[in-house]
Amino acid sequence: MEILDEKLNMPEAIVKKASERSLIHRIGKAALYAVLIVIALIQLFPIYWLALFSLKNNYEIFNLSPLALPQELRFENYIKVWTEGNIATYFFNSIFYTVSAVFLTILLGSMITFAITRLQWRGNKIVLGLFMLGLMIPIHSTLIPLFNTYTAIGLINHPLSLILSYTAFNMPVTIMILLGFYEALPHEIEEAAIIDGASIHQIFFRITLPMTAPVIATAAIINMIYNWNEFVFVNTFISSDELKTLTVGIQNFIGQYSTDWGAIGATLMFSIIPILIIFLILSDRIVEGIAAGSIKG
Amino acid sequence: MNRLKASKLDILIYVGPALVLLLGIVYIPILQTGYFGLMEWNGIGQKTFVGLENYFVLLQDTKFWSSAYHSLILAVASIISLVFYLAIAVILASRIKGANLLRKIYLIPMLLASVAIAQLWMKIYNPTNGMLNIFLMKIGFENPPAWLGDANLALYAIILPTIWQYAGFYILIYYAALKNVPESLVEAARIDGASSLQIATKIKLPLIMNVVKVTIVLAAVGSLKYFDLIYIMTGGGPSGSSEVMASYMYNTAFNKFDFGYGSAIGFFLLIICLVATFIIQRLTISDKDLY
Repeated sequence: MEILDEKLNMPEAIVKKASERSLIHRIGKAALYAVLIVIALIQLFPIYWLALFSLKNNYEIFNLSPLALPQELRFENYIKVWTEGNIATYFFNSIFYTVSAVFLTILLGSMITFAITRLQWRGNKIVLGLFMLGLMIPIHSTLIPLFNTYTAIGLINHPLSLILSYTAFNMPVTIMILLGFYEALPHEIEEAAIIDGASIHQIFFRITLPMTAPVIATAAIINMIYNWNEFVFVNTFISSDELKTLTVGIQNFIGQYSTDWGAIGATLMFSIIPILIIFLILSDRIVEGIAAGSIKG
Repeated sequence: MNRLKASKLDILIYVGPALVLLLGIVYIPILQTGYFGLMEWNGIGQKTFVGLENYFVLLQDTKFWSSAYHSLILAVASIISLVFYLAIAVILASRIKGANLLRKIYLIPMLLASVAIAQLWMKIYNPTNGMLNIFLMKIGFENPPAWLGDANLALYAIILPTIWQYAGFYILIYYAALKNVPESLVEAARIDGASSLQIATKIKLPLIMNVVKVTIVLAAVGSLKYFDLIYIMTGGGPSGSSEVMASYMYNTAFNKFDFGYGSAIGFFLLIICLVATFIIQRLTISDKDLY
């Protein structure tokens, strides 16, 4: 994807012939860098401010400069919300729903992408079209019927209502990410396996699925981020506190502790930190997944 | 390309589960929404068939149209901000060292939960202790506005974090498209004496126009169904001044328990998004040229 021939500096020599132009060029370049760096700071600054006030007490937050460093690092904010505010429960619920839905989405998404790109059957174009159109359907148009159906079959206030909804709604973007990789996979290995007498299932589970590991990682991370951050489904389908996720739990917690900014900051950091850690380790995959899941297809 | 022959049962095993989930959780519900829109229903009790009444009421509901207008403002603002994102991407793609790192930094806000973004910006906008008003008072404004509490400003105060949130997403898309422009074309133009600005506007932009078109409609559709920040930051208030279609639908159904009318709004929202999607497809017929 990355075609970076920035090392090819040949034409630069032509520009440098006129030293005046070179100076303007350099000043211009410096100005552009300044713009880019200012934007980077704007993108990071609110998060930095949040991290700061999550480590302060109310006196420091309300009476001292917003940008002053904490007088001491008050990790007790974090300990307090983790132990008093149910945040631990929400945190583990978020992990459980996220992991279950990612697993299910990747498995079913890989299977259907395999069928769409590899197997001979009528209607694969129509099925793919249905999934792609699904990208444009607003979640809100499905909320009332889903609420109604889940209530009728006893899934309201049940983890399955979330796991199934996440899986269905993330399937289109997952297929979109997987599709490009599947289309680029060589057919020869599968054809050889068929000649050796392998079944479709053996080919899928033993050959294709392992070969798609890189794109599975990409799709899994994108799914993970979406599920971890999801708000509307939890807010609508889950009513009991023991089943809520971090996003909705934070919302309730903040309602109760609306004046304790340090504690609020700490709860927000609990939702942000796992994403930031994953970002630091896997930013290339995230970039790749977002690019593949947004336009191509 | 030889496809593998598989039995009907095998096809069913591979296609079935995902397709059933999509139909059951996405497609059947949107049909039901249209149907429930024909009912008078509080969500718990009996549904009473009232025909098209909800839809007729909707057409004359000033609250709905004002929320639709707010959604439109959001859409226009996000389309305008695309110009800004595109300009940044053009700079990033012009032999900038560290471009890869910068575009990743830009992306960070988009990865955070909307709840966290909303709560963070509510703190920034806090009238007395928020970073913004503290700054404004420092530089001499005596009575800075209440932002989210001000009916004239609330909607616009929410637009700012959305621009912040999605910047990295669109910059990433534009950057990838610009990097796909064949280097040979750019080199040829440079040798012919074209300036960087000319190369950007005369060569690169026309070549990524298809991607630009897609992002315009992505931004439009995304804005039309926008919900999270609005619901959390203002709940649509003060007095409906920041209500959008999705939040109006949600409040009608899940806070006022008017499920019949809420369904009608939801169905209308769906139609609007599908019309926009139709426009996407019309605009991107030649998309294959690029990818």
